[in-house]
Amino acid sequence: MKKLSSLKGWLYLLPAILFLGFFMVYPLIDVVMYSFEEGYNFASQSHFGYGLYNFKYVLHDPYFLQAVKNTFIIVIITVPLSTGIALLISLGLNSIKPLKELYQTVYFLPYVTNTLAVGLVFMILFKKTAYSEGLVNLLLNSLGMSSVDFIDGPYWAKIFVMCFYTIWVVMPFKILILTSALAGVKKDYYNAARVDGTSKFRIFYKITLPMISPMIFYLVITGFIGAFKAYADEVAIFGTNLNAAGMNTIVGYVYDMLYGNSGGYPSYASAASLILFAIVFTITVINLLISKKNVQY
Amino acid sequence: MKVILKNLTKKFPNRNKKIKEDVVAVDNFDFEIPDGKLIGLLGPSGCGKSTTLNMISGLEKPTSGRIFFGEDDVTDLPAEHRGVGLVFQNYALYPHLTVRQNIIFPLQNLKGDKKMTMDAMNQKADEVAKLVQIGEYMDRRPSELSGGQQQRVAIARALVKTPRVLLLDEPLSNLDARLRLQTREEIKRIQRETGVTTIFVTHDQEEAMSISDMIVVMKDGRLMQMDKPQTVYDDPKNFFVAKFLGTPAINTFDGEVKGEKLYLGDSAVLNVPGVKDGPVYVGIRPEGFIPDENGPMECDLSAVEVMGRDTSIVSTHPAMTVVAIRSIILSENRPDATGNKVRFSLKPYKVLLFDKTTEERIYFDIK
Amino acid sequence: MADLTYTELQKIEKRAKVSGTVGKTVTYFLLTLWGLIVLFPFYWMLLTSIKSYSSYNSEYVPKFIATHPTTQNYVDAFTTVNLGKYFFNTVVFTVLTTAVMMVVTVLAAFAFSRLKFKGKSITFAIFLSLMMIPNELVVITNYVTITNWNMRNTFQGLILPSVASVFYIYLLKENFEQIPEELYKAAKVDGTSDLKYLLKVMIPISKPTIITILILKVIECWNSYVWPRLVTDNEAYYLVSNGIQEIRENGFGRENIPAMMAAVVVISVPLVVLFLIFHKKIMEGVSRGGTKG
Repeated sequence: MKKLSSLKGWLYLLPAILFLGFFMVYPLIDVVMYSFEEGYNFASQSHFGYGLYNFKYVLHDPYFLQAVKNTFIIVIITVPLSTGIALLISLGLNSIKPLKELYQTVYFLPYVTNTLAVGLVFMILFKKTAYSEGLVNLLLNSLGMSSVDFIDGPYWAKIFVMCFYTIWVVMPFKILILTSALAGVKKDYYNAARVDGTSKFRIFYKITLPMISPMIFYLVITGFIGAFKAYADEVAIFGTNLNAAGMNTIVGYVYDMLYGNSGGYPSYASAASLILFAIVFTITVINLLISKKNVQY
Repeated sequence: MKVILKNLTKKFPNRNKKIKEDVVAVDNFDFEIPDGKLIGLLGPSGCGKSTTLNMISGLEKPTSGRIFFGEDDVTDLPAEHRGVGLVFQNYALYPHLTVRQNIIFPLQNLKGDKKMTMDAMNQKADEVAKLVQIGEYMDRRPSELSGGQQQRVAIARALVKTPRVLLLDEPLSNLDARLRLQTREEIKRIQRETGVTTIFVTHDQEEAMSISDMIVVMKDGRLMQMDKPQTVYDDPKNFFVAKFLGTPAINTFDGEVKGEKLYLGDSAVLNVPGVKDGPVYVGIRPEGFIPDENGPMECDLSAVEVMGRDTSIVSTHPAMTVVAIRSIILSENRPDATGNKVRFSLKPYKVLLFDKTTEERIYFDIK
Repeated sequence: MADLTYTELQKIEKRAKVSGTVGKTVTYFLLTLWGLIVLFPFYWMLLTSIKSYSSYNSEYVPKFIATHPTTQNYVDAFTTVNLGKYFFNTVVFTVLTTAVMMVVTVLAAFAFSRLKFKGKSITFAIFLSLMMIPNELVVITNYVTITNWNMRNTFQGLILPSVASVFYIYLLKENFEQIPEELYKAAKVDGTSDLKYLLKVMIPISKPTIITILILKVIECWNSYVWPRLVTDNEAYYLVSNGIQEIRENGFGRENIPAMMAAVVVISVPLVVLFLIFHKKIMEGVSRGGTKG
């Protein structure tokens, strides 16, 4: 009887175990193997031996270094900026009554859109073509500035578009989480503070911020992880050949190594993805340590 | 500081959006709270007590009417400039701050020439902490304290800036029975020692009776009666107040006055000189019954519950509008409970008459 | 607290009123500004999609309204390129992946929350630890596996690796555990089988969470790009994300932007419509899913 019920448990679990085993656990072990197999040939699926050559190669590949640089810039700009703006917007949303729901609904819209598709719209808005300067450039011109090719032009311009789009895409989630965190702060705290004559700034700094700090840290941590994995947003704006555009990211580098014109090198891809994992892991641990110190209850 | 409410009214838009008419939470409220007294604002939940309190604190704006602190009209003054201390039902202590930080929080808001040094603030905090007897917990966080201790911290925080008026919104409701008794004694003591005008909102009549210098009874946003606790009990102005105060509750009957005699059912039970003929509501306090073999009021006996000093006799009567009549007598006067009838005579000053339409008290001469 | 004089009082009252109104105005202005930033791309894609090719290219300064709206671009989007096919593929992919995922998730969550068996807690711990593994790590081997199984350019290849999700199992298990154990015992006493109990009691009670998971998965599937790009190079199996890249690079001829925008509109519409209908549920679901993660 006992044995039978034990068997039943495993039976219910079987599909999950099969799927996870094949497509998560095994690949996890395999990717480490790949990364140490030198001279792997995809067609014959053979290799010479084991070593650190793949890591060395990746770390010396200028494309990879460019990708690391791009990724870090995206992370450093978009995470604080998007969290900060989202906090401001959420505070604004929480302070109004009429139209609140409408604003909330509108703000959430980017979450449900296909980022590849909407990225095209951004490209068109920023792109300078033979026919048109693009809407953004016309706007710049009207402010007395000269046109910039944001899509094929200087590096900073491309970074600007990329960060702008990334923020546009990640904002809905952050606003949603922060507005519900703010709404969760009991009204009595604010009433108590108001009766005590606390200034608005002090209420925010001394009450609101500490109260929602767990959620802010949550957003920062997940924001870091998400931004380090940036890829699809870049493809959406600059197209699939990110190396040519100089806009590749680490994840993009992994996929390019695996597949496409420059592909067929799963070993390099594995090494690069492990390096990415190491970076993300380290930063997450640091984030967690900082948040442990600062989230006080 | 005297607090005066003049024709205070608060209307809210109806939550059910289909109903255009506003909900009147507080209706033309008019009373004066003498300086240095503890006032219990009493009423069933939803009667507008908390709204009244919020208007006094400045958290809500009245729809019409004025509020005065002493001579100052504070009606349009924002909460932060009124100098009130407010204590909440769920304490509203900042969970990320220690007890000390919570207490000095209001002091840190002071600006200009009222600004205090850290030392002065700490000293002040120690003073109030001593007053409410939480001195030993100053470095703990609220989550490490019991409910009663948290409530004391909340009171300390409200007192630290020497408020003109102290407002307590159901401060004891989240405490268990024993702590509630203890804390209400505490509040009374603290109020005596500081002498600050205090308004205490509660739905618990016993709490209000035991703690207040004056009780204000509210119903549906309107003032029912304002008097000393014992007066409110002995001499209620209307049927609602009579029914709301007292445990066990007052026994109610449909009665009729004929020829200056009060009839319950077919029998005349009491002389009521000076009362016009007609139907009345009758309330008889449980202690108003005297077991008397020759008494004018005959009831069907249901049970006799002996509870040490007191005995309560549960009976029924055709004219009653309660489920059962409960009368309380000293156990030594307990009648022999034989048969299924019991007869009472009544103490005249424990029998209260009310008009059937206005529910106002009808007084009669007690010889 | 010192009593305030009458003029002081008036000053304070006035200041509070003015700063309140100014604050509200600024807040609404900024909120509206962000609203415009969010909405503008949508407006622009709709607008551009109904401009004719020639009028779009003749506007050096683009007009903010379409003077001669046309539906030609939508016709082009479905005829010149295989948008209809991409669309169909995505629907098939989304429906199948979500359905299979749901079955797997429900069964696993039930096993973890109600059934007793040897090695349950250790298995659950292993499951939890898998939550930390980023997709980027396992995608490489999965690509090789699917290639070796000759499943490139098949629905199986697309769907199989996208099915298992530890996070959703965890989410549902937590929810299942909140259902009082007494219900299960009562059902057992009444002779209800486990499967029947799961279908008749647990699933209906956990409906909100299940809907949350469905919503999240559908959005994820509809927008998935990386995996489909890896395992499909045959247009017949492209999903919309890959399709739109294909359209961008080889589609209508690079410069037919109105047609491209029409395709973008078509791709965006299903989820946007779904969102507008169920926006409360979806936002609630995302915030629940997000907060618990």
